[in-house]
Parts: sequence; structure tokens; C-alpha cells
Amino acid sequence: MSNLLSDTGLIFGRYLRQALNSKVAVVFGLLQPMFYLVFFGPLLHDVPLGGEGDSWQVLVPGLLIQLGLFSAAFAGFGILLEKQFGVIERMRVTPVSRLALLLGRALKDVVQLLVQSLVLVIAGVALGLRAPVLGVVVGFVFVGLLTISLASLSYALAMRVDSPQGFAPVISTVNMPAMLLSGVLLPMALAPGWLDAVSRCVPFRYLVDAVRAAYVGDYAWDTVGLGALVGLALCAVSMTVGTRVFRKAGA
Amino acid sequence: MPVISTAGLARTFQTKHGPVEAVRGIDLTVSPGEILGFLGPNGAGKTTTLRMLTTLLPPTGGAATVAGHDLARDPAGVRRKIGYVAQSGGVDPSVSVREELVTQGRLYRLGKAEAAARAEELATELDLTELLDRKCGALSGGQRRRLDIAMGLTHRPVVLFLDEPSTGLDPGSRADLWDLIRKLRADHAMTVFLTTHYLDEAEALADRLVIVDNGTVVAEGTAAALKAEYGGSPDATLQDAFIAITGRGAAQPDAAPLAV
Ligand SMILES: Nc1ncnc2c1ncn2[C@@H]1O[C@H](COP(=O)(O)OP(=O)(O)OP(=O)(O)O)[C@@H](O)[C@H]1O
Ligand SMILES: [Mg+2]
Repeated sequence: MSNLLSDTGLIFGRYLRQALNSKVAVVFGLLQPMFYLVFFGPLLHDVPLGGEGDSWQVLVPGLLIQLGLFSAAFAGFGILLEKQFGVIERMRVTPVSRLALLLGRALKDVVQLLVQSLVLVIAGVALGLRAPVLGVVVGFVFVGLLTISLASLSYALAMRVDSPQGFAPVISTVNMPAMLLSGVLLPMALAPGWLDAVSRCVPFRYLVDAVRAAYVGDYAWDTVGLGALVGLALCAVSMTVGTRVFRKAGA
Repeated sequence: MPVISTAGLARTFQTKHGPVEAVRGIDLTVSPGEILGFLGPNGAGKTTTLRMLTTLLPPTGGAATVAGHDLARDPAGVRRKIGYVAQSGGVDPSVSVREELVTQGRLYRLGKAEAAARAEELATELDLTELLDRKCGALSGGQRRRLDIAMGLTHRPVVLFLDEPSTGLDPGSRADLWDLIRKLRADHAMTVFLTTHYLDEAEALADRLVIVDNGTVVAEGTAAALKAEYGGSPDATLQDAFIAITGRGAAQPDAAPLAV
């Protein structure tokens, strides 16, 4: 157990240092949601969005989940490179905890995503977002949950495929519809019946709804509670898959 | 008690174009403190065998014991005892030499101070001191190879697996590597399992040679014994013996029809 913790810390530190050394990539990851915030957000100002709160309280939570969806899902890219350098095998031949190899990386992604989210929220506030502090904190918790889930899946996939060509298309194909169907940009409350039904099959939708509710100070069971449940379930499934793949040799 | 013993060790890769039998059943034993030269032509299955013995690749057949631990049942036990230097290394080009060495120490569960001290020690041993604060990506091929070797020695393993350790080293560095390997054996009774394509190196360094081809052991013995048995004449070189054993480069006479 203490080995797991110290190994996780070691791996976390290694990748955090690498992230700090490549600030460009961290900033780059923020660009897309920032563009949406600045160039798309103002358009929603007078549009009836069918929920409580103003347009910023609808858009910023969506962008937070979108940020997580894209950054974390592509986290596995690093492993593909490391595989080519032989770093993965070199680590796997040491006694280091297999779970730590996954956890350390995923935790670094959580930290990175939280920093990016904070910047995004601050920019939102500058543009006119007003939300309860507790709601914003709850939003960050959801970003964390989403990140650790998607990053684990992404790392697991990257361990199993041989090339970037086998990785990027899978992620993009899953991500794009997942983003649209979870109502990241506009709430699914606006959707016709069938689209609403389809979107209820996408777990990220519940996270978006939960964060939106939290941003208007509504912490009810059927929004934040449901989102938390879905988020935790997602996290449990992803971590199980990730751990399995990392435990098994031959990857 | 041999420090490595394998029985029918085999690995078949499933590919889109059908199965590839990379290793077809290898039986061998290595004694403690022995330097074993594992030779064979390209694609013979050397790296695949090493990856199995180092727990990286699950065998599809057979069994092996390494440093007292069963490969299949106790891979963690094997990992604690062995060091592995892969054919193509394993450092991140964007990370500094010092950080890689320290991280490697920490992966082997050395404390922070211990790992830092060990990094300095290894750097001295492999002539990397000047390069400690450089990025791994900014090393020359031979410097990087020395770093790879240092990484494999971090925890003073009982068995050291070296996959073509001297590829890319200049003659001086190669001689240094030989000395280092001999010293490790003399001082720590380390067992060294190494592959190489340099027959002079195999002859100078290894106590015994195992030659594989097409995934099976085709000959084994001391260099002198192999030369005597396969070389064809008393003053045959190891190269003559190797070519006779693996048939590479000696295919012409066989290819011609003997009679019409
Ligand atoms: N992951 C893999 N999938 C499919 N085939 C593989 C895989 N790895 C190795 N092989 C095949 O297995 C055979 C043995 O490869 P291996 O790398 O063990 O050879 P080697 O003896 O180390 O050769 P070299 O001297 O060139 O390093 C080769 O035919 C190789 O193409
Ligand atoms: Mg090889």
C-alpha cells in the first residue's frame, strides 16, 4: 500500500514536470473552449435556453465538460510516444506498482485539467458569469471525476494499440457525438423527444446537467446527485478497465 | 542450482497475416556468475526470448525460472532481481540524464537521497558525469547506450539481461563495457545474459555461447568447442562456425542441384 502511494507520487511527479515543461501544450488545450467562450458565448445572451440561470451559467459548465472530454480523452497520446521510446517497457520491468503507472498519470491529468478549468472559469467571470462559489467547486469535482475516468480509458486504449493511427480516429469518433449528445453547447432541454432520449444514453450528459444545476445553486438529488452517481459509476468502470490493462503484461 | 532455466519456452505472435512463431521452444540453463552469449541471426528470436525472461511478454508455451522465481507465478519476484537493457533503450529524450537515473532508482524503491547518490555513482562508472544535466535526446548514440546500461544496473541486479549492449559504441567504449561487465561479475557475482552480433565480443566476453536460429537453440558450448565442432578446421574462426551452424552466407552450394 505504501509502495502504491509512493510509486504513484513518483509517476505523478514525473509527468507533472513534463507538463510544466510543455506549457505550450497546456495553453493550447485551453484554446478551443476559450474560443467558444469568447466568440460563441455572447451569441447566447438573449436566446431562451429553457432553464434557470443566464447564458453564462449554461455555457461555462458545458465548456468545462468539453475541456475534460477532449483533453483527458487524448491523454493516452503520451503513452504512444513513450512506447516508441521504450520507456513503457523499461518501467514495466521494474517492480513499480502497475496501478501506480496508471494512477500517477491520471492524477497529473486531473491537476492539469483543474488548472485549465480555473482559468476558463475566471475568463467566464470576466465576461459576465456569476455563480455561487460552492457551485463552482462542485463543478471542479465533476471535472476531476470525468478526467480520471476518461484519462484511464485513454491510457488503456493507448496501451493496447500499436500506432497513433489506431488511436486518434477511435477517440475522435467517440468524442464528437459524445460532446454533441451531452448538450455541451446548448442544453438538451431544447432537443426534440428522440434526441433527448438518445442523449440520455450518454453518461456525460448527466455530468453537464449536474454542473449546470450547481452553477445556479441547485444541489438536488435528481441533478447533482444523479450526476455524481453517473460520474462515480463511470470512474469505477474506467479504473477497472485501466487497471486490468496495466496489470496484464503483453501490452 | 542454475540462476536461469527454461523449458520449452515459446512465443507465437498472432498477426493479421497469420501466426508468427518467434520462439519455438527454448531449453537452456545459466549458472550463477556466468556470462552467457546469446547469438543468432536477425529475427532468430533473441529479443523475444529476453522479453519473456524479463516478464515483459507472456510466453505462449513452456516455463522458466529466473533468479529463483517462477516467471509465470511470481513475475514481481523476478523483476526485483533482474536488470534489463533493451535493444533500443528506454529513456525519454525530453528528460535529463540525471532525472532518468534518479527516477530509475526510485522505481526500484530507493529513497530520494539514495537514488541521487546512486545516479552519481552510475554516472561515474559509465562516464556520464559530464552529461548528467543534458537532455537524453541530446546525447550521441554511444552516450545514450551507456545511459541505457547504467539504467539497467541501478539496483545491482542478480541477473543482467543486455540486448545488443555494444551496438553503436566506439572501440574504446566497447572495451570499457567489457571491463565493466567482467568487473560486475567479479565483484558482485552478477550473471550476465547478453546478445550481440559481434562475434569477437562474444568470444572475448562470454563463458559460453548459445546460438539460436528460427526460434530454437541450434548449438551451444564454449567458443573453442563450437569452433572445433562446426568450424571445419583447427584454425577456424567463430564466424566460420556461426555460418556453418546457421547456414547464413553459406547457402550457395546447397542451392545448386547436385545432379541432373
Ligand atoms: N510484436 C510482434 N508481432 C509479430 N511478430 C513479431 C513481434 N515481435 C517480434 N516478431 C517477430 O519474431 C521474430 C523474432 O524477432 P526478435 O526481435 O526476437 O529477433 P532478434 O533475434 O532479436 O533479431 P535481431 O537480431 O534483428 O534483433 C521476427 O521474425 C520478428 O519479426
Ligand atoms: Mg533483437
